[in-house]
Amino acid sequence: MNELVDIWVYLASSPLLWLTATLLAYGVGQWCMERSGHHPAVNPVGIAALLLVGVLLLSDTSYQAYFDGAQFVHFLLGPAIVALAVPLARHLPKIRASLIPTLAALLVGAVTAAVSAMGVAILLGASPAVTLSMAPKSATSPIAMGISEQIGGLPSLTAALVVTTGILGAVVVAPLLNLLRIRDWRARGFAVGTISHGVGTARAFQVHAVAGVFAATALCLNALVTPVLVPLIVAAFGNLIG
Amino acid sequence: MLKGLSALLLFQLAGEFLAQLLNWPLPGPVLGMGLLLLALLWRGHAPAWLAAAADGMLKHFSLLFVPASVGLVQYLDLIGAEWLPILTALVASTLIGIVASALTFVAVARLVGAHPGEDERKADSP
Repeated sequence: MNELVDIWVYLASSPLLWLTATLLAYGVGQWCMERSGHHPAVNPVGIAALLLVGVLLLSDTSYQAYFDGAQFVHFLLGPAIVALAVPLARHLPKIRASLIPTLAALLVGAVTAAVSAMGVAILLGASPAVTLSMAPKSATSPIAMGISEQIGGLPSLTAALVVTTGILGAVVVAPLLNLLRIRDWRARGFAVGTISHGVGTARAFQVHAVAGVFAATALCLNALVTPVLVPLIVAAFGNLIG
Repeated sequence: MLKGLSALLLFQLAGEFLAQLLNWPLPGPVLGMGLLLLALLWRGHAPAWLAAAADGMLKHFSLLFVPASVGLVQYLDLIGAEWLPILTALVASTLIGIVASALTFVAVARLVGAHPGEDERKADSP
């Protein structure tokens, strides 16, 4: 028994264990999504995160110890963001044909998402750290975390808010826009990509190719404008943040 | 794959370098994406080896979000104390943002005459 404990202590402090656990947890998440017939509410990232949080709490492992292993996966976010240029360049002709509505929807979506998130948080008495962590949550997480750090939020709280926003948007977009009778796939895809970044984009591609293309464009464009807009919006809120 | 991955890392490195040099508030990878986009537009299209690396990378895009979202475990007390503003702000801003963005798209498209093509309209639901 003591030997097992020793082995656990050794493995728990090595990067291998938590790197493996991250991939396995994501595998479980994907399996659940496939079993549910790609139901929008069954999200592999959400499932993996909940599983891993549970394991960390039960095994009394610190996030730092976990991240020593998981950082290898996390690191790939940088080159993956760069890689977004490829689909963006590929779909540029389709986007160019509806450039003006695209840019208008991008600005309105990015600004209303940040302003309404911060406004509601302030009205309901959130602390400044939470309000600031909320502001960049419609951008894809590496971008949002960078902004959060820069404006005085908590980057990992922002990451959790980003993923939750992604899942929420992917779940509500179809019933919400059906209710408003918006049938334009470009608008449907673009809106979910602007607000719900990668998670929304993955969902849009499952539903319709045109929606997917516009969602991917929105994700890339949002990654470019949110780092500029959010610091301005935070400055505009000023002392209201507390 | 190796060539493609090296190119992506090189553009990221160039982006990080530019961000430091110009003291810009944009994250390095975003600048790297911008630089790569400019290069692709100038060149006309992405070479197959680069497209393969990029598509491979993006296929498991959502896996890459897992380590950061586990960071939530550090803030369970904070979330417990402020769950109401957090949850309300998340739900409200997601709904408002999607509606505002979609309505703007439709309204502006109508205004400038950028009508959806036949394949760009959702069929009437039964």
